Amino acid sequence: MALIEVRGVSKVFGPKPQSALPLIAEGRSKAEILAETGHSVGLREIDLDIEAGQIFVVMGLSGSGKSTLIRHLNRLIDPTAGEIRFAGDDILTYDIKALLEFRRSKMSMVFQHFALLPHRTVVDNVAYGLEIQGVGKRERRARAEEWLETVGLAGYGPSLPDELSGGMRQRVGLARALCTDADVLLMDEAFSALDPLIRSDMQDQLAALQARLRKTIVFITHDLDEALRLGDKIAILKDGALVQVGTPADILLHPADAYVESFVRDVNRVRVLTAETVMKPPRLRITTENLDEALRQVRASPHDFAYVQTADGGGYGVVTQEGLEQARRSRTSLKDLTHELPSVQPGQALEEVLPVALQSQFPLPVVDESGELQGVVTKKAVIGVVADQAEARAARAEAAEGDVEPQPSEPPAA
Amino acid sequence: MDIFMDFGPVIADAVNRAIDDLVIRHGDDFEAFSNVMLAVLVGIEGWLRSLPPPVVLAAAAAAAYAASRRLTLALGAAAGLWLIGSLGLWQQAMQTVAIMGVAVGLSMLIGLPVGVLMARSDRVRAAVLPLLDLMQTIPSFVYLIPAAMLFGLGKVPAILATVIYAAPPLIRLTDLGIRLVDAEVLEASRAFGATRMQMLFGVQLPLALPNVMQGINQTMMMALAMVVIASMIGARGLGETVLLGLQRNDSGQGALGGLAIVALAIVFDRVTQAVGVRLQSRAARRG
Ligand SMILES: Nc1ncnc2c1ncn2[C@@H]1O[C@H](COP(=O)(O)OP(=O)(O)O)[C@@H](O)[C@H]1O
Ligand SMILES: [Mg+2]
Repeated sequence: MALIEVRGVSKVFGPKPQSALPLIAEGRSKAEILAETGHSVGLREIDLDIEAGQIFVVMGLSGSGKSTLIRHLNRLIDPTAGEIRFAGDDILTYDIKALLEFRRSKMSMVFQHFALLPHRTVVDNVAYGLEIQGVGKRERRARAEEWLETVGLAGYGPSLPDELSGGMRQRVGLARALCTDADVLLMDEAFSALDPLIRSDMQDQLAALQARLRKTIVFITHDLDEALRLGDKIAILKDGALVQVGTPADILLHPADAYVESFVRDVNRVRVLTAETVMKPPRLRITTENLDEALRQVRASPHDFAYVQTADGGGYGVVTQEGLEQARRSRTSLKDLTHELPSVQPGQALEEVLPVALQSQFPLPVVDESGELQGVVTKKAVIGVVADQAEARAARAEAAEGDVEPQPSEPPAA
Repeated sequence: MDIFMDFGPVIADAVNRAIDDLVIRHGDDFEAFSNVMLAVLVGIEGWLRSLPPPVVLAAAAAAAYAASRRLTLALGAAAGLWLIGSLGLWQQAMQTVAIMGVAVGLSMLIGLPVGVLMARSDRVRAAVLPLLDLMQTIPSFVYLIPAAMLFGLGKVPAILATVIYAAPPLIRLTDLGIRLVDAEVLEASRAFGATRMQMLFGVQLPLALPNVMQGINQTMMMALAMVVIASMIGARGLGETVLLGLQRNDSGQGALGGLAIVALAIVFDRVTQAVGVRLQSRAARRG
């Protein structure tokens, strides 16, 4: 069971929201529904599972319903239809008291424009969630100071938010959210208002914190680079509807439609994709020292070579069928027959893998931290990723030149 | 042909009957209320008048300095009060300050909650706004008459008339200030599980404070502007001085009273403005 389950959630804004539900069910477009009924569709029939410990990214153009969706998770907005469950609990049945308790202990939130209380010092801002819960002044300040230190703002406690730079203010926002020790962190375009350099700093810091804290983070952005950098899963929204949910590699390699494609087309895939995403299952691996047995196995397999572990640490090489046949006559050992191969880590970017793969006669072994052979990366697979993108780019260039085909819609803007 | 219907006497009769009715049925209640207010007012007035003027001057200077951190304003405030005393109107000024103080206090007691309710509900706002317009446009004599009938001539109806006239800006600015609070900040408060009261006292009112202060400033100024009119139904003080000048055709005395009122207005205005400015710039840490 996922930690957060969203089932069939629709949200309509307007005086009689229910009246637009049948039109949503008919699949009428947002524009049509607006023209016909004057109601604005925020979300349409969303199904989502958010697993504990994940960074779940929601992406989409401005107005696609990202903020509306995230506000359903702590019921700042209530759905027009559908169900939302947290740890199996239907949160829509909560009364005021249960809802306040839920917001206090389970959910915390970071905002695009920081939303700090301007009349309070930094430390009192960080302690705000605890103050709401009635934690005593001394204890909440002590805990707030700890979190300030964690986000790199030790000593700024007595300052006012106005005296801090944007990046520092959002660290305060982050510390405030972490200070209540809630299970889930909701981040609505939390880094979108920051300069690019500071933004990437914050992304690194969030990733580092997450590696330690293992929170469930729902992160909203309109920036694909950010999504790819942070997301374990990415959901893409368009006009309030979910168009695709998947891992970053899924989204890059198999965009569900032209809208998703328009997001991903300018991403340098070789830089973003890792060896893991293009790796094939491990081919034949020989563990026996017996040459006859080894030859038998290679002959029986569809390939004319096999992988052999050459060192305990995880060095791998290949032996060929030909080599084995000769060796049987000359009585050399299996080790001496083996061609050492450079190995690749699962998380290594294709950018780094590419030159090595091009030089190698054999598919490269992908070896994990414990020295296990996870799979292999073929030259063809790596080249395929590059070629796909080049082809797509060329096709677009042609289309643009000839001006025959309609341009795909613009990539997401800020 | 006469196209007009003759409503006038009907309405007038109805109002008269309603007021008479109120007097007959609730006369005691009004009197009780009146007595409480009178006691408060007389207490404050007596206390102010009993203070030695140098102490009052020093207190005004200290308050001005605390509000502005400017020595010039502190000296100016003391100088203003000294001028009033030198005009020979010290006692009258203290009476006026007492009436104004009670009127402003009452305005806040009524105005702040009403402003909060208006900010919270568009319906309340729609209902209250025309009432505020009415309170500010209707000539004060119109309600001075029934007020005098209900409470008798004197200080209490004067205060009520002053509140009716002076409370609207505070109500409007409280409503405005709360509505102008950054929606994202309020949402943050809600997201952390704040109750409505925690949002009101922890976020909305503190952030609306600069506007509320401006409302208090305007209410004070309007209350001072009412002193002359209020004196017509028996309130003592600087207004009475002006009124006497008018009745005795003594322009000189009228001018003295006018000067004293202006001096008082300037002192109160500058000091409350300074508070507002400091709140706005948030130079005052943790209030
Ligand atoms: N309070 C509201 N009243 C009316 N329409 C709204 C409201 N909030 C959001 N919407 C509409 O819902 C859609 C999604 O908005 P939002 O969730 O803010 O998008 P995003 O965060 O992706 O930019 C928009 O078309 C917007 O106009
Ligand atoms: Mg948004």
